[in-house]
Amino acid sequence: MNLEDWYRQDRLPHIYCAGCGNGTILNCTLRAVEELDFKKEETTFVSGIGCSSRASGYTSSDSLHTTHGRALAFATGLKLVKPRQHVIVFTGDGDCSAIGGNHFIHACRRNIDITVICMNNNIYGMTGGQGSPCTPYGAISTTTPYGMQEQPFDLCKLAEAAGANYVARWTSFHVKELTEAIRIGLETPGLSFIEVMAQCPTSFGSKNKMRQVTQMIDMFRENAVLKVKADRDAAKGIQLSPEKFVVGQFVRRKNPPLGVEAAK
Amino acid sequence: MTDKTDFLNGNVACAEGALAAGCRFFAGYPITPSTEVAERMAVRLPKIGGTFIQMEDELASAAAIIGGSWAGARTMTATSGPGFSLMMENIGYAAFTETPIVIVNVQRGGPSTGQPTMAAQGDMLQCRYGSHGDYSVIALSPSSVQEMYDLTVKAFNLADRFRTPVFLMTDETIGHMREKITLHSNVEIVPRRELKEGELPCAPDENGVPGFGTFGMGHNVHITGLTHNEKGYPATDSAEIHEKLVRRQVRKIEDFRNEITDVDIVNPDAELVFISYGAPTRTVRQLIADVPDTYGHLNLRIVWPFPDESLLAFKNAKAFIIPEMNLGQIAKEVRQHTNIPIVVVPKLGGALHTPAELLKAVEIAKTVKKPVTEVCL
Ligand SMILES: Cc1ncc(C[n+]2csc(CCOP(=O)(O)OP(=O)(O)O)c2C)c(N)n1
Ligand code: SF4
Repeated sequence: MNLEDWYRQDRLPHIYCAGCGNGTILNCTLRAVEELDFKKEETTFVSGIGCSSRASGYTSSDSLHTTHGRALAFATGLKLVKPRQHVIVFTGDGDCSAIGGNHFIHACRRNIDITVICMNNNIYGMTGGQGSPCTPYGAISTTTPYGMQEQPFDLCKLAEAAGANYVARWTSFHVKELTEAIRIGLETPGLSFIEVMAQCPTSFGSKNKMRQVTQMIDMFRENAVLKVKADRDAAKGIQLSPEKFVVGQFVRRKNPPLGVEAAK
Repeated sequence: MTDKTDFLNGNVACAEGALAAGCRFFAGYPITPSTEVAERMAVRLPKIGGTFIQMEDELASAAAIIGGSWAGARTMTATSGPGFSLMMENIGYAAFTETPIVIVNVQRGGPSTGQPTMAAQGDMLQCRYGSHGDYSVIALSPSSVQEMYDLTVKAFNLADRFRTPVFLMTDETIGHMREKITLHSNVEIVPRRELKEGELPCAPDENGVPGFGTFGMGHNVHITGLTHNEKGYPATDSAEIHEKLVRRQVRKIEDFRNEITDVDIVNPDAELVFISYGAPTRTVRQLIADVPDTYGHLNLRIVWPFPDESLLAFKNAKAFIIPEMNLGQIAKEVRQHTNIPIVVVPKLGGALHTPAELLKAVEIAKTVKKPVTEVCL
């Protein structure tokens, strides 16, 4: 099967704004699925609510578009009943870590064999750009008009601490690396969490001096620091400056997973 | 195999009924007085190839059984008031996506955390109307341990036949009391109708119910809680599609209310008629045994959809007497379907109505003229 076969062609074009990063991330996900030669009957997409969560509607195998924040709980039931199924969850930063925060840490703790792709645009996109738990300190949103006064979550640290077997972060600029990370995530038993920094020119960029999509992509390219480099700097006592963030693979381990079919 | 006799409490009987009906996935969160259902499932399911999981809360439990249902299993959760409230959003999701699931509510005193160890029937209207939007549900109400078993089996069959969440609205009294029951060796199982090749996943059949596109069977269905067309794709801007979908989903249950109905009718010629469901049924039965042939009795094993036509069986009725362990929730529904005077006998706090209290209500019912009177005990 090729990439196009993984798209639900009769639902295209998608609803994403021009320049939105979510389309790229969906493409990378389906590319990884295609590279792994998954069968449609064995692949299920689950999502919550938000722009990012609409991705499950554009995939051509079985998919469940659920309630806001609860995708991982729905996916847990699916996976436990049908352990042979590859279950891929699309979620947004708000969906995953605000309303869904409890389900997120518990899915990681259980280390259930699901691959979670969190499209982090630092904002609530679908509802028009309110602050989320990932909105950077000081950033402007419709509910933080004077700048965000709370500290943001580091979702990768959270997933790692909670027990996920595979944790990685990339951006919608890092197409090759992202595809590779999703592929590894799908191959790793247990919970795989892949955070993708995604540009949202409409709700985030426009309020934070990045009206042009290219400005957001440039920001990703300039501020993403590879984990190996960040580790090297840290060893030398060099601190990461606040606008930078680390990308790469944070953990890949073999802790006992849940929901994996017993070897026959 | 032959039927087995056992001496069980209602919650355990409910779990056994679920297993007999083929339930193979249970997700739940502990809450008094429902917890024995989960505990029994935790012991039994792994031994028969099923799965038990204790989720992080009731939102997750409802979500997980919906996910499990789409993966092809018969699935159930059990809770009580506060947990039931938390499930409401996902109950609406199950109704709108036509997902068969069974939810057991062993009711306790509310509102809020209320009386965890005391019986009540305060969630009857929440069961019917608790989630947002228009939808219909099926709810059963057992009044004995045997009925906990039998009606749990029935709940699964109704859920699959009508593709809807089905509720077992029981209470602490029935959940915790022990009675001798028969565990049937082979129970009737009504399977879900699998989606046929070429059939659209959300297009109704002649019963108004679409075929079920079990995940992993190659149907490649998209299921969403958004308003959807017959392909299952979001169609949120069309008034026509939305209205047609909501009306069809309500009708697929309401139009079949006579098929779903499950009631006991005793002494249909009587003038004074008790209407009850769940634990208060036991006091009514005692009274009728004490003074045979005096009162009529309509026992509702099913409360939603409300079996309004069964009221017509009592041709000589001069008053309906309705004992409930709430302030008259089902009495409100009865009132909508009859002009005959109603005497509500509310009781809160956990104890059953006594025969003496029902006799007091009978005295009022003999003189009542107005359509509705409330007896305060
Ligand atoms: C229970 C509930 N609360 C609120 C909403 C409204 N809502 C829809 S999408 C959304 C935010 C989505 O943000 P995020 O998860 O970050 O995804 P994005 O749209 O940015 O991709 C909210 C709050 C809802 N649908 N359900
Ligand atoms: S609002 Fe933002 S996240 Fe949503 S589609 Fe538009 S650009 Fe993408």
